[in-house]
Amino acid sequence: MNGTHPAVAPGLGGLAVRAGVCAYVGALVALPLAALLIEGLGQGAAALWAAVSAPVAVEALRLTLLTAGIMALVNAVMGTATAWVLARYDFPGRGLLSALVDLPFAIPTLVTGVMLVLLFGPQSPLGGWLAAEGVRVAFAAPSIVLALLFITVPFVVRAVEPVLMEQDPAEEEAARTLGAGTFTVFRRVLLPPLFPALLSGTIRSYARALGEFGSIVVVSGNIPYQTLTAPIYVFGEIESGRSEVAAAVSVVLLAVALALSVGARAIERLTGTARA
Amino acid sequence: MSIHVRNLTKRFNGFLAVDDVSLEVGTGELVAFLGPSGSGKSTVLRIIAGLETADAGEVWFDGERADHLHARSRGVGFVFQHYALFRHMTVADNIGFGLDVQGVGRQRRRQRVSDLLDLMGLQGLGERYPGQLSGGQRQRVALARALAPQPKVLLLDEPFGAVDAKVREELRHWLRRLHDEVHVTSIFVTHDQEEAFAVADRVMVVNRGRLEQWGSPDEILDNPGTEFVARFIGEANVYETVIRDGAVHVGALAIPVEGLAEGDPVVVVVRFYDLKFWRDDSGGFATVVRTTTLGDRVKVEAVIDGGERIFSQFPRRSSLLRGIEPGCRIHIEVTLARVFPHLESTRPLAPILARAA
Amino acid sequence: MRSYAPVRPGSIGQWLIVAVVVLYLGMILLLPVSAIVVQALKAGVGPLLQTFDDPAAVHGLRLSFALATVAMLANGVVGVAAALVLTRHRFLGRRLLDALVDLPLAVSPVMTGLAFLLLFGRSGWLESALDAAGWKVAFAFPGLVVATLFVTFPFTLREVAYVLEELGTDEEEAAATLGASPWHTFVRVTLPNIRYGLGYGVVLTTARALGEFGAVLVLGGAISGHTQTATTFIYNALEERQEPAAYSVALVLALASVLVLAALEWLKRRRRKEL
Repeated sequence: MNGTHPAVAPGLGGLAVRAGVCAYVGALVALPLAALLIEGLGQGAAALWAAVSAPVAVEALRLTLLTAGIMALVNAVMGTATAWVLARYDFPGRGLLSALVDLPFAIPTLVTGVMLVLLFGPQSPLGGWLAAEGVRVAFAAPSIVLALLFITVPFVVRAVEPVLMEQDPAEEEAARTLGAGTFTVFRRVLLPPLFPALLSGTIRSYARALGEFGSIVVVSGNIPYQTLTAPIYVFGEIESGRSEVAAAVSVVLLAVALALSVGARAIERLTGTARA
Repeated sequence: MSIHVRNLTKRFNGFLAVDDVSLEVGTGELVAFLGPSGSGKSTVLRIIAGLETADAGEVWFDGERADHLHARSRGVGFVFQHYALFRHMTVADNIGFGLDVQGVGRQRRRQRVSDLLDLMGLQGLGERYPGQLSGGQRQRVALARALAPQPKVLLLDEPFGAVDAKVREELRHWLRRLHDEVHVTSIFVTHDQEEAFAVADRVMVVNRGRLEQWGSPDEILDNPGTEFVARFIGEANVYETVIRDGAVHVGALAIPVEGLAEGDPVVVVVRFYDLKFWRDDSGGFATVVRTTTLGDRVKVEAVIDGGERIFSQFPRRSSLLRGIEPGCRIHIEVTLARVFPHLESTRPLAPILARAA
Repeated sequence: MRSYAPVRPGSIGQWLIVAVVVLYLGMILLLPVSAIVVQALKAGVGPLLQTFDDPAAVHGLRLSFALATVAMLANGVVGVAAALVLTRHRFLGRRLLDALVDLPLAVSPVMTGLAFLLLFGRSGWLESALDAAGWKVAFAFPGLVVATLFVTFPFTLREVAYVLEELGTDEEEAAATLGASPWHTFVRVTLPNIRYGLGYGVVLTTARALGEFGAVLVLGGAISGHTQTATTFIYNALEERQEPAAYSVALVLALASVLVLAALEWLKRRRRKEL
């Protein structure tokens, strides 16, 4: 019976540590978020609605939700495929590929933005060629999606990979011997156990994308109504001194991101795939 | 050191794991807690060790209350089912851990570790890590580690559950020999009857959080005190039926019983070796279905006229087996049956013994 | 936690999937990285070294590393303590603590900066208390520290908590029965067991701290030579059309990331072997 909770109450030292941790978390995490909440909601529902329904804000929120959505869909598919390849196959360069997947966790988001500018900017060969073809990437919406795709590569892969590794290939073999084709095997045998991890990983990547700032601010151009995302809009409002508006929009964004995080965690806890 | 447990009760989220258990273990005794999974035996052990706190009841060590003491102050040695060896320490450091905590000097510590390595047959393995050892070796290290600080009590929680059958037998042997040499009061928890009977001085049978019966292995085998013990211990035929005409009827087999009323529901337990068969081609009231050779014993399965199956076991060379073969008609004599009134009470009742022809 | 060993791809179809994945990751990840590598090669070592003549750039890099160090130490210690409390204790409010701990991952960096600005900035909640004590937090080093601690908080905690849950309490209970005090058990038994998880979390913390941008921009003001971290230096340099300087410092951070990545992979491998 290897449990995770000692069955005896902690002594004085343990209680002191617990109190210390709660105080630290309270001061560092709860306090600033409380300030944000109060500032955002403090002016009343009417002011909140006014701030959020300003045309620029609406468009910024829409763009944020949309680009994150596109990213999430692509990620769900490619992330699962990547996890599949890493978990099931052995090939030259597999270790490097696995390391590559972790790269976005190691690189500052701003540097990601710089790299995208270098790659797609008007001075670059690729950027110049694309411009000649009439395709706008840098300082246009596609650059946002590309930045988000870079940042969130690890989320779905690392969520699905461990589940796949525990999957017994014998189940798939059994399905095949019973006559199932590849797609059927995937749909009926593999997808059901993978689905919770896939879902929670995708949700987490979506929540992460909602708040992305550093990579988008340098490469998207921040053009209102076109490439201005919600976090950058908030940034603009702070710079202009309109912190109440900024706080209001922040609260909305935060509420969405929080709801998604709680949902993802609930899925993980329910299906026993609790992983950071 | 003697252990006395009184009215111990423990709930986990509403589930009653230990139900008013009281027992006593004398100094130097080696006792087994025997019972099926989930019977609460491990929980009682952990409460004695101080790894769990009981909701009600008391634990006494040598006539002094121990409930308020932390596990680290109780002087108990504990051996876990999955060894719980410190994976980042060598075998020697593992064994010496308790001594280190006590502040024993390095020389003495090294000497004691060496003595224990010898005692447990682990010579030369002191510098290995747990990951490099076999299951049997790991469990012996766990035993040595628990014994090193000279505990007053040794508690073992299904200590041989995680190793294979052959190794399990060797480890049982170790434990018994160890106990004979060291004489520490010991309690070990197991679900394996053979293990409990082979190793322990006394066995305590536990079921659903309650203590069903305790006694020496012979006592329990020969005189099961409750319906559960009769079913669980040894191999037996069990029938649920009612009293009719002052007897228990198992198909055509009738066993007269005294002291019960017509229509009383009962459970009848007949041990495999409390039966006699003999061939009767012209009559009999049962037919042999199958004889199975189990090494030194032969198991005979028969169907009594009226539908019930009955099993028995004989040593291979037994004269009782003469002529017994599938399809032949036989006569059955029950030498001893235990009849338990099957009432709706929550407390187990003692059996009524019946002998029949 | 059983694992089934990977095999060589058998059919054409399987190789195809591998190819598609490699192509995708190559496009999304390697292509941008190659852009900065090409840029560095084009510019040559010269401009890179010249970066270190620029006091603002050097100060920015030093500031970033200083913040990373503080975050690593503070959140490393608190992270371990919090992981123990979350996995080994049961108390009223534990679920709430669990939820709070995850929050920094859901908050956009800009909003983090705003939240702290509301506490420490002009007409903020704590403004009068800070003025009285003579402390400057917003637009000063302490502000940067606080923002960095906030954004890096969950990392060490989550990694250590994961390892603690996988390990279970058996060894700690064994230590208790052998007479060890809680502290002794922690130092001799728990700490050695969690070291790779802890290392992994600390490296993630450092990486995140180095990469922090939005919060330090808002709360720090990116005042050159004062509160301008490496990331905000790059941002300001780009705004001022000083691309070479921006690219050089970006390259330095990218190189640091490669080291971080190597450390992560090594630690991951060691941790997997332990569990």
